Amino acid sequence: MQTRRFLGTLSGLKRFYREQKEIFRGEKLSIAGLIILLAFVLLAIIGPHIAPYGSFEVSVEKSGFVPQDKSPSAKHLFGLTRYGHDVFSQTLTGARTAVVVGLVSALMVVLVGGNLGLIAGYKGGWIDEVIMRITDIAYGIPFLPMALVLMTLMGRGAWNIVIVIVVLFWRTTSRVIRSQVLTVKERAYIKSAQVAGASDLRIMYRHIAPNVLPMTFLYLSFAVGWAVIAEASISFLGFGDPDDVSWGQMIHQVFAAQMFREAWWWYLPPGFCIVLLVMSTFLIGLAYEKVVNPRLKND
Amino acid sequence: MIITLWVLITVVFFLFRIVPADPTAMFVGAALDPVSQKMLKEMHGLDKPKLVQYVVYLNNLLKGEFGVSIRTNHEVIGMLRDKIWNTLFLMGISMCLAFFLGVGIGTFLAWKRGTAIDAAGVTLFLAFRSAPEFWTGMILLVIFGYGLKWFPIGLMLTPGAIYSGFWDKYFNWDFVHHLILPVFTMTLFYLATPMLVTRNSILDILKEDFIELAQAKGLSDTRIMFRYALRNALLPVITIAPLMVGFAIGGQVLLEKVFSWPGMGRELVDAVSGLDYPVVQAAFLFMGAVVIFGNFLTDVLYRILDPRVEIG
Repeated sequence: MQTRRFLGTLSGLKRFYREQKEIFRGEKLSIAGLIILLAFVLLAIIGPHIAPYGSFEVSVEKSGFVPQDKSPSAKHLFGLTRYGHDVFSQTLTGARTAVVVGLVSALMVVLVGGNLGLIAGYKGGWIDEVIMRITDIAYGIPFLPMALVLMTLMGRGAWNIVIVIVVLFWRTTSRVIRSQVLTVKERAYIKSAQVAGASDLRIMYRHIAPNVLPMTFLYLSFAVGWAVIAEASISFLGFGDPDDVSWGQMIHQVFAAQMFREAWWWYLPPGFCIVLLVMSTFLIGLAYEKVVNPRLKND
Repeated sequence: MIITLWVLITVVFFLFRIVPADPTAMFVGAALDPVSQKMLKEMHGLDKPKLVQYVVYLNNLLKGEFGVSIRTNHEVIGMLRDKIWNTLFLMGISMCLAFFLGVGIGTFLAWKRGTAIDAAGVTLFLAFRSAPEFWTGMILLVIFGYGLKWFPIGLMLTPGAIYSGFWDKYFNWDFVHHLILPVFTMTLFYLATPMLVTRNSILDILKEDFIELAQAKGLSDTRIMFRYALRNALLPVITIAPLMVGFAIGGQVLLEKVFSWPGMGRELVDAVSGLDYPVVQAAFLFMGAVVIFGNFLTDVLYRILDPRVEIG
């Protein structure tokens, strides 16, 4: 029994892998995005360990002099901040914050929004009405201002940023998945499953969910990008945890020290990292967009 | 719609009432004697039960009174009136530009579909969409402000500028000169969304039968593109407009900080940090109204462009 279940999962995974490979075949931009994203995930795992200096380490020269505001050199690849911290090490360490916050909050956004959309779309009636009215209201909330209010009330910290992103971003996925479910639900095989006496749960997760999966992946990849920008924005405005090292936090420090006119080495590396990471998610999205809407394919 | 707005302000109101921090403590400090502290609390109505405060707040709103700022002791409405206009000008111009350029470039890319130009265009504008506004803004400031000295490095008008009234303030070269960099930054960031939607929806429509028919009739590419494809492709672009307005009004916070633009966004950051809830509440009311107005405008435009749609 156990082995059979295991083999079942395994063949499921194999099929999943084959499907994904098919989706990405010939999509050069999306494959590039996938490679960049994987590189950042790798960086998030090993980055903090290969960083040559501690994030808040101040190197003191033999003479007792503490170097600050140094442009890149062999010893400090990306130079030094006003506070004498190594920019290269901070950039490496910041990768972990960005990737963890991006992936975790995006997964939760899609989990919450996707399930609500699935339930609303399939059940219909008053359940649909209630969920969609709440979604409408959520759409009226301006993201960053509300994020700042919530961060002030809950306290600063990376996990609170994740919570804020999930609370304010589920709305998009929920609405999109619902409209997909509405079309899938009318198909004949769903009707026959209902007639055969399958439970609602089984129909929703066994028969409908796999059909809205490409759309879910599309919004998952978008959500990663939005979440990374959101984290950077919250930190830039000074509402992040000052003890955390994140790319937004670094840019916040440059701006707060009014150093961005001279210290290009301090804010260009974290900024380019944000651009690359966010862009990789958008590029991956291009491939899923073609699955969701096959007419976008070139023929 | 009004209900959405009401829920929004209610949520903001009670969020600030469950906060453990005492707003009065932020600005009076412990040095003030208890009697004065009590007086200040009474002045802002903070000594009453929360539900009473809420009823008073709603009642005042209906009378058009937004209360008094905790930080500055000025009327909130007076503090925000100018800033709202400053924000609306910056945002309105940028959004219009982003939409017109986005639709234009999107059409062009759809025309060049499958070519290197298409791929390069999509990648380039996705890169701008991926760069945080505040970072792009800083780079543009360094290049065009500090380096080339083409544009001022922040603010909305040259300090000490004298203007006589509303029109004079916004319709002069000094304002335009200060406006260009922030508008450019914002347009670059928001352009990709309408651009991609236009491009995709044109690609979608090009596979319709009536396009094939038009081609069979021997109509020119240009004519098919603009008269047939783009016209139908505009509908999805318009549906995303209110979403973008909602996003942009929040994003103002970042842009105004980088460019020291004296608008709502910057005021809001200061108000949130200072727990100045009367100002925050008014700001949310205003932003919510902008989002809702955007939704309304979309409905109207949709009805004009697609007469089949009946809006209840």
